[in-house]
Amino acid sequence: MKFEKKSEGLYALDVCGYVCPHPQLYTKKALEKMKEGELLELVFDNASSGESISAMCDSRGNEVVEKLTDSGKYTWKIKKMAA
Amino acid sequence: MFLGTKPLLKCTWQGIIHVTSRVIGGAAMQSVGTKNQIWAYTIIGFFTLLTVVSYSVNEYYIYLGAYLWFGFVYGMCLQYGRFCFSSAFRDLFAVGVPRMAVGIMIAMVLFGAVSAFVTATGNSTYHAAPYGWHAVIAGFVFGVGMVLTGGCASGSLYKAGEGNVTAMLVFVSISTSLAIFVDVGGWLNALVPNSWHESALSKGLPAEITVGDGWLDQYLAGHVWNQPILTYSEWLGLEGPWVSAYVGSVLVGIVLPASVLLVVVYIFWYRTGYLRKRVEEGKPHEGFATELAGYWSMIAASKRTAIAGLILGIAAGLHMYVMNGMQLKFGVQNFGSILKELGFTSGLSIKGTVFDPGYWYVTTQEAQWFGWLFNKLGWDNTHNIFFGLENGLPNPLLNPAGWMSIALIGGAAVMALLNNEFKWKNTTPELAMWAIIGGTLMGIGSRLGLGCNVGAFFVRVSQGDVSGWLFGIGMVGGAYLGVKFFNWWTERKMAREMAAFEL
Repeated sequence: MKFEKKSEGLYALDVCGYVCPHPQLYTKKALEKMKEGELLELVFDNASSGESISAMCDSRGNEVVEKLTDSGKYTWKIKKMAA
Repeated sequence: MFLGTKPLLKCTWQGIIHVTSRVIGGAAMQSVGTKNQIWAYTIIGFFTLLTVVSYSVNEYYIYLGAYLWFGFVYGMCLQYGRFCFSSAFRDLFAVGVPRMAVGIMIAMVLFGAVSAFVTATGNSTYHAAPYGWHAVIAGFVFGVGMVLTGGCASGSLYKAGEGNVTAMLVFVSISTSLAIFVDVGGWLNALVPNSWHESALSKGLPAEITVGDGWLDQYLAGHVWNQPILTYSEWLGLEGPWVSAYVGSVLVGIVLPASVLLVVVYIFWYRTGYLRKRVEEGKPHEGFATELAGYWSMIAASKRTAIAGLILGIAAGLHMYVMNGMQLKFGVQNFGSILKELGFTSGLSIKGTVFDPGYWYVTTQEAQWFGWLFNKLGWDNTHNIFFGLENGLPNPLLNPAGWMSIALIGGAAVMALLNNEFKWKNTTPELAMWAIIGGTLMGIGSRLGLGCNVGAFFVRVSQGDVSGWLFGIGMVGGAYLGVKFFNWWTERKMAREMAAFEL
C-alpha cells in the first residue's frame, strides 16, 4: 500500500495486489482524511472492490470523475465532496 | 477495438459527472482478448469432453456430469455478480455498502421459491440440521475468518478462478484445517465436557468409529446430535406439502426476515445517502412514498448482483430437482451405491456412502480432497464420524461434489476471461498471513456449523431450516469483529504513510 501527496490537493493511493476488504477500507480512510474538493488518484486491481468503492462514493456523495481500465488494473480519480 | 475515450456511464451529482472509461492500447488489448477467448473455450471444451467421455464409459457418470455443470453455472454467476457472502456483511460495517446483502437476499428468496416447488413435489434432497447455540458460535468463528481472508468459502473459489493466488491460498488453508480438525484428539480431548463424552459413547456407533477420541466426534455425537431439528413449517404447525413449503419455508422463513433485515439495512446504511441525493435533485424527500422509492432503489442499485442472485437462486433449486431425478433414475440414494456398482469400494464410508449432498455445497469436498491426500501419505484418518461414518474419502477423481467445485472455479475463470477480468495476481506476505489465519478459522467454523456460508447459511435459510439464520447471526457478529480489527489495522498503516506529509 502506498499513500502519497503528489501535489497540493492531489493524493495517490496504490492498493494493487490487495484483495477485499483492503482496497475499499484504504480508500474510505484516505477520503475521510482529505478536504473538500481534493482529488484522489486510486490504483487497484481487485475487481470486486471496484463495485464497493463505486457504491461507497455514490452513497457518500464523493465524485468518481474518471475510471480507467487496463487489463485488470483500475485507475480511478475520486473528488472528495463535502462531508 | 477501443481507442481513446469511450463514455460508459453518466450519473448526476450537483450537475453532471462524467465517468469515463478508457481501454488502453487497442491492439494489445485485442490480442489479450483473443487469447482469453481461446482459454475460455478450452475450459468449456475440457468440461464438455469430460462429461461426454465419462458418460460414454458408463452412463452412471452422468451423475458427476450433472454436479459439474451446476458447479460451472454457480462459478459464472458468482464471478459475474462479484457474489461474495463475506462482502455482504463486511461491506455494511466497513464502508456502508449494502449491495451484496441485497443480492444474497434476492438469491435466497429465488432459491427458496424454486426449491419449495421441489420440496412440495417430494423431490428435495435436503435434510434439516440441528439448531442451537452451536450454530451461532460456528457462524461467528467463520465470520471472523471470512473477513480476514477477504472472501467466503464460495467467494474464494470464484476468485481463484479469476487468477487470485491469495484466494487459492485461502482454499488450501480452509481445506487443510478442515481435514485436520475433523480427526484431532490428543490434548484437545481434555477440552471435551464429560457429558459430551458419555453421550457420544452412548450413541452405539460402529466399533470402527472411535467416537470417544477426537474433539469434533464428541462435539457432534455428544452435543450437536442431541439438539432439536426444526423447520419453520413444523414450528408453525403447518400441514400439507404446498402450504408448508410456500408459507412456512418461503414466506415465514425467507421473505419476512429478509424484508425486515433489508429495512434495517436501508435505515442504517442507505437512507441518508438516498435522501441527500433526492434533495440535490430537487425531488420530494419526505413521506412514505419517498421511503418506499428509496427501499426499491437500494434493491435495484446493483443490477449485476441482482441478476447473478436471480440465476444462482433458480440454478440452486433446479440442482436439487435434477440430482433427485438422477437418484430415482439409477435407483440409489447416494453416489456411494453407484461407486460400489462400478467396482470402487475404497474410500466409501462405513455406511457405504460418500459425500453427495444433492445441492450446492463447498467445504466438505475440500476437506475430503486434503483428507484423501493425508490418508495416502499415511495418516489413518478414517475412524472419525466425518470421514469414516458419513462422507468417506473417495478418490478426488470420483468425488461428485468435488467435480462441482472444480467446475465452479472453471466457470468463474471462463466468465472472467470473457470479460477480460482474468489476471494472475500473486499474494503478498501480509495477505498470505491473513489467508492462513482466516482460512483456518473458516475451516473450524464450518465444521462446528456443519457447513459454510453456502451449506450452513444460504441453503439452510432457503430451505426453511431454523438453524440457517442462527449461523447467519453468528456470521454478522464475526464480520463485525473482523471489520473492527481491520479498521484498526488500516488506520495504523495509513498513519505510517501519512507521516511523510501534511494532510
